[in-house]
Amino acid sequence: MKISSKEVEYVAHLARLEITEAEQEKFTSQLNDILLYIDKLNELTTEGVEPMSHAISVTNAFREDKVVDSIGTQQTLANAPDARGELFRVPKVID
Amino acid sequence: MELYQLTIHELQEKIKKGEVTATQVTQSVFERIDAVEGKVHSYIRLMKDEALATAAKADEEIKNGNIKPLTGIPIALKDIVCTKGIPTTCGSHILHNFVPPYNATVVEKLRDAGAIFVGKANMDEFAMGSSTETSYFGPTRNPWDLERIPGGSSGGSAAAVAADECIASIGSDTGGSIRQPAALCGIVGLKPTYGRVSRFGLIAFASSLDQIGPFTKDVEDCAIMMNVLAGYDPRESTSVKEDVPDYRQFAGRDIKGWKIGIPKEYFVEGIDPEVNTAIKNAIAVIEQSGGKCVDISLPHTQYCLAVYYIIAPAEACSNLARYDGVKYGFRAADARDLLDMYKKTRMQGFGAEVKRRIMIGTYALSAGYYDAYYKKASQVRALIKKDFEEAFKKCDVIMTPTTPTAAFKIGEKTDDPLQMYLSDIFTISTNLAGIPGISVPCGFTSGGLPVGVQFLAGHFEEGKLIQIASAYEKNANIEKRRPAL
Repeated sequence: MKISSKEVEYVAHLARLEITEAEQEKFTSQLNDILLYIDKLNELTTEGVEPMSHAISVTNAFREDKVVDSIGTQQTLANAPDARGELFRVPKVID
Repeated sequence: MELYQLTIHELQEKIKKGEVTATQVTQSVFERIDAVEGKVHSYIRLMKDEALATAAKADEEIKNGNIKPLTGIPIALKDIVCTKGIPTTCGSHILHNFVPPYNATVVEKLRDAGAIFVGKANMDEFAMGSSTETSYFGPTRNPWDLERIPGGSSGGSAAAVAADECIASIGSDTGGSIRQPAALCGIVGLKPTYGRVSRFGLIAFASSLDQIGPFTKDVEDCAIMMNVLAGYDPRESTSVKEDVPDYRQFAGRDIKGWKIGIPKEYFVEGIDPEVNTAIKNAIAVIEQSGGKCVDISLPHTQYCLAVYYIIAPAEACSNLARYDGVKYGFRAADARDLLDMYKKTRMQGFGAEVKRRIMIGTYALSAGYYDAYYKKASQVRALIKKDFEEAFKKCDVIMTPTTPTAAFKIGEKTDDPLQMYLSDIFTISTNLAGIPGISVPCGFTSGGLPVGVQFLAGHFEEGKLIQIASAYEKNANIEKRRPAL
């Protein structure tokens, strides 16, 4: 086993996903299959190989520090499930 | 021939000569949609009123002699590119009511080139899938066989072109999501070099792999679309300041003296015999066209899928952290507190495949596993890129099958994620290395399903792909068939 049912539950919490018991069981089995397949990478020695993060060399893309048009508060809040005034509204965070 | 059956360049000729109007073309496409959309389900949303209004304006422009590269051409957009004021769902429940306040750069470019938007095309949820079965809005069917999948994740965009429900379309490709459905639907699909087309306004899946590209009925149309799409965008920090050639000039040129690399690792067990035969025939056509085939090796090919299924989910779990029920989209009701609201929203808002990939990515990035998975995969990715650099010292273009099999049946692979992932085995390496790739139709199986051949070139060499694909298309004389819908 690469990953236990308990670990699946913990990873789901990290990912902020509520999962049912049935999903937990299914994910445990499917993630094990996938992780076993991925294990194939250990056949390769990669010591000293520089990890690659982008396909082409990208450098910081700076621009002039100039104010440009933005969409504004009203449009920003237009898609919010719940908003009041100029704020997003969420369930209470602390008791 | 009906107008909806024509290509961009054929329609442009007719529009220029005044033989047809943009309105007639658009009406023709919507009549076709009325006739076949119930069977194929290419679209999540149609934009008929907007399209006809744009067409009427285009006809005014045409009268004034103002004809742009896509004036009067009905085009479908994958529902992953943001359209201002038009819902953009990414095939997901969690974005089912999201209305973008801005346009993606490609949408602006297409609009400025005169395109008429037909609708938002169906797709696998968040582009995660190879069959368009994971869409919250139900599957798209392959126009060649309605029992089969059109490929994915851009299955709606591919099916819409194959079924003549638009003249061309836009897709996105993270591990094959343009080339694989293009092959399975019998059309042309190109994934440009990473950085060639702006990703601004493209809903992110795996940011180091995602690229936008066109689906078209032939190679010349692909060149026309690339002329519009390619180029630097100051709003997208990974888009590249590299000159954009006129891609159309490459169509029709010959390939005499070109070396075509045939990677032995792509002709292995598991490839369908009929696909194999079609590719062998395509290789013969390329040799008759003046190309010289050389054996090459891409030794890390067998590791591509494993690398991809760490890198892509790792980037995805980070990108999809933004769907928290606060800023836009779906929010679950009856949450006890904020944490509960996050968890319930994401549980109810995401489908199974998206959750699975978020889980893999979160696990691979979590404390204690980062080096074993993400770092290891990033190192092997460097080796895969090096394979291509070595290979392109020996050849101009690489030629492979696009997919190991023709279109499979709906439901055939939904319960086995790994089997589903394997359908992208010939397309994934391209994204990892950031190089461009094109899929072109190369015949049919005995069961009448289309097969595609893939050409790959070095960074920013889309012109070479247009050139060889157009030479192949001209000399192969693939029987012109249309799906019987």
